Parts: sequence; structure tokens; C-alpha cells
Amino acid sequence: MTTRHSALLRVTHWLTFVAFAALLVTGIELIISHPRFYWGETGNSGTTPLFRIPIPSSRDTVPSGYNYVLPDQNGWSRSMHFEAAWILVITALVYGIYGVTSGHFKRNLFPVSGQRSWQAYWAVMRKYLRRAPPGDEQSYNPLQRLAYLAVIFILFPMMIWTGLALSPSFNAAMPWFVGVLGGRQSARTLHFFFTILLVIFFVVHVTMVAMGGFWRRMRAMTIGGASAGEEESA
Amino acid sequence: MTISRRKLITTGLAAAAGATGLGVMDRLARSYGLIPPDSGGVFGPGETLTYAAQRLLTRHSMAREFSRSQISPKPFPNALAPPTDAFKLLQAGGFRDWQLVVDGLVERPTVFSLADLRSIGVRSQITEVVCEEGWSYVAEWIGTPLSAVLRETGLKPEARFAMYRSYERGWWDSIDLGDAQHPQTFLTMGMNDGDLPVPFGGPLRLRVPRQLGYKSVKFVNHITVADSMKKFGSGQGSPGPDYGYSWYAGI
Repeated sequence: MTTRHSALLRVTHWLTFVAFAALLVTGIELIISHPRFYWGETGNSGTTPLFRIPIPSSRDTVPSGYNYVLPDQNGWSRSMHFEAAWILVITALVYGIYGVTSGHFKRNLFPVSGQRSWQAYWAVMRKYLRRAPPGDEQSYNPLQRLAYLAVIFILFPMMIWTGLALSPSFNAAMPWFVGVLGGRQSARTLHFFFTILLVIFFVVHVTMVAMGGFWRRMRAMTIGGASAGEEESA
Repeated sequence: MTISRRKLITTGLAAAAGATGLGVMDRLARSYGLIPPDSGGVFGPGETLTYAAQRLLTRHSMAREFSRSQISPKPFPNALAPPTDAFKLLQAGGFRDWQLVVDGLVERPTVFSLADLRSIGVRSQITEVVCEEGWSYVAEWIGTPLSAVLRETGLKPEARFAMYRSYERGWWDSIDLGDAQHPQTFLTMGMNDGDLPVPFGGPLRLRVPRQLGYKSVKFVNHITVADSMKKFGSGQGSPGPDYGYSWYAGI
């Protein structure tokens, strides 16, 4: 029987999901206003892009190759993007403090000794590839740990970093923040690349949950399956 | 499930303490100028957090300046409404009759010509224009710091915002005095060693380089210093918030 996650984990998980969904939808709207990406400090409709997304734009000054202009949704999208970013950052702070103080990171996320090897990762991978029925593990397997660690300690921090590097006022206070990324337009392009990695994680994550028993795992992350100790588990 | 009296009292006390705490924080934030004019509505909390955090972190910081070699060979002017006949007439006269009115909470309300502004002192900066759409370019901007102009007119003690209007009807915005008196906030008359071209806001554009491009209003002809933005437009500091665009665009 799958036990329930702690209350703090369940709340921060779903707050993160809501903020992520809002950031993704509004982020797509913002890209539509200029679906061209550049490298370096500057880039605009008069310069050569690194690549462009072949969609129409919501602004008529963008040479999108289409002769029509999509509805412009930038106004509310921008405000919601930043408000959702605040929700995400505050949630991440609470989760991060909890993760350290409760031992959640150490106990559930850092690879267990004896599993920090390619063989251990490959063993789990083989199980996935054979589509073996999930065992009744009471903890995350080595691949899950690796994926969650990457999302928590690399992808989300890089999203926040590349996002902050797009703020002209923040860059004024900390020029190196955008400097090490190679310039403002590089930061914007990296912000887009890290989004794609997060979306890939999201798709794999939901697929895995579905394959491992969707309702059982949903209950564990919401209201059901409570055990006396409220142990954390897969 | 029954709720014990003790639990009820503790919850009540906690709620009261929380509300008082929020009240105290709100008063403190207001007295330090950390609440933007568009702090109401659904997006108000986000706007307020952003403005307060950036004012605490970046109040005195300088926008990044670039080297001459980094000036964009192809700056990009945004689309503009066609100029009116009156504007064309001013343009034909080399903008000699362009007037900038500075009034409101100033000691000496004054009308400046472009030559008057130049005589106050001209400086230059190489900074980036950053559009909310995502594109950008670097250019050299030549003009008179707004702070120097406000020193000429003097400020009344209750002054808190500078509201600025464009020659183009209905286009206006505002910044707090921190940004108005920031050394890089220029009344810009030149660009890349020439006169500021009309598509880029010539003859006079207020450049606010620590904020997104939409705060750098083109064809500025009127600055009003105010203690509150409540009486202008919908009271949110600029027309932007009516369409979802933040008043504070340092992000």
C-alpha cells in the first residue's frame, strides 16, 4: 500500500504545478509576440535570428512569414507570468527549507549508497524498458532520484536565473548575472531551452505516474492512502 | 469533529496577529515607497512584490553601459502612428518651437525649448533598449538628465512621481522620483551622434534605461510632478495597467 506524502510536500507539489502551468501558458503567449530567438546581447526583427519558431506572431512588426497577426495576449500574460513566478519562488523556498531541515532531500532524493553506479541506473532502466510491473517500493528508485534532483537543483534554479537575467533593473544591480550567460538574448534563448527540458520532465513524470498506478499515486499526493505515520514514499 | 475553545482562541489570536502584522508591513512599505500605483486587482500582489523587491535591491544601481563597438548596427524602431500635421509643421521648423512644460509640484513651473535643455548640460550613455516583446538593441543616447532639469525647477517636498505625456494624444506614463532623479534617466535629443530620429522618438524621448522600452515614451512635451498618481487616468500610474501591463517595468 502506498503511503501518503507529508502535508507540506503535497501542498508545495500542487502549488508548484499550478505556478508551472500558469508560467508555461503565459510564457507561450509571450513567445508568440516575438517567436524569434537570438544569441548574444542584442537581437531584433532587423537582425538574423539563431532560430525562429514557424508560427505567426501577435505583433505586426515581426517578419513571421505569415500575412496575418494573432490576437495579442501579452498584457495579462506578463502580469500573470511574474505573479506565478513569485508563487513558484516562495513555494520553492518553503520546500527547500523543509527539504533540508526534515531530511527529505537526504532520505528520499540523494542516491542511496550502493546505488550511485551506472549499473544501478541501468538496472532500473531495464526494468522500465521491459515494462515490468512496478514493485511495491517504499522509496524512489535511483533514476527517479536523479530526475527529481535535476529538476529541483538544476532546471528550476536555471529557470529563475535566466528569468531574472531578463530584468533590466535586476541586471543593473548584478550585471554578472546576465554577463555569464553571454548576454540578454542568450539568457532569453536559454530560458526557452530550460522550459523545453521542464516540459519533457513533466510529460515523462505524468507518464510514469500513469504507468505506476495513476489513482494510487494521485491519492498519495492528495488526500488518500493515509497511513498512521504519514511516511513519504513513491 | 469538534473544535475546542482553546483551538478557536489560538486561531483567532493568530489571525489577529497576522492581520496586524500585514497592516504594519503595509504602513512600513508605504512610507518607504514600496507600493506601486497598480497594487490593486488580481495581479496587484505580484506587481507589489516585484516593485518592492527591486526597490530594496536595485534603488541606486546603474543600468549596464556598453562599449562603442557594441552599438547595434541595426536599431529597431517600433511601429508609430502617422504624425499629425501640427507635428509635421514642428518638424519642418527643425523642432525649434518644440516645448517641454514642467509643472505640478515644482517650485518654478517652466517651459523649456530643446536649446534650453541643451544649455542645462548634455550627457551621453550607451545603453540597451529592451522591448517587452523580447527584442533589444544597444544605442548611444545623448540628452539632458531629467534630474538636472528637476534641479532647475526645484521640487516641492511632497513630490513623489513624475508623470510625462507624449505629443501623441493619450500616450503618457509615470515613474517614481527615484527613477526620475536617477543619473541615467535622460530627456534624450540625440542618438548615435546624430539628432534623435522621429521613429525613435525624436525630437525628445524620455529614456528610462532600467525599465522596459514602453516606459521610454516618445515625443515628450509635458512633465507633471505629483504626490500621487490617483488623479491621473484610472489611478494606476499609466494607461498600461488597464491592459495588464505593469506600471513598474523594471522586470
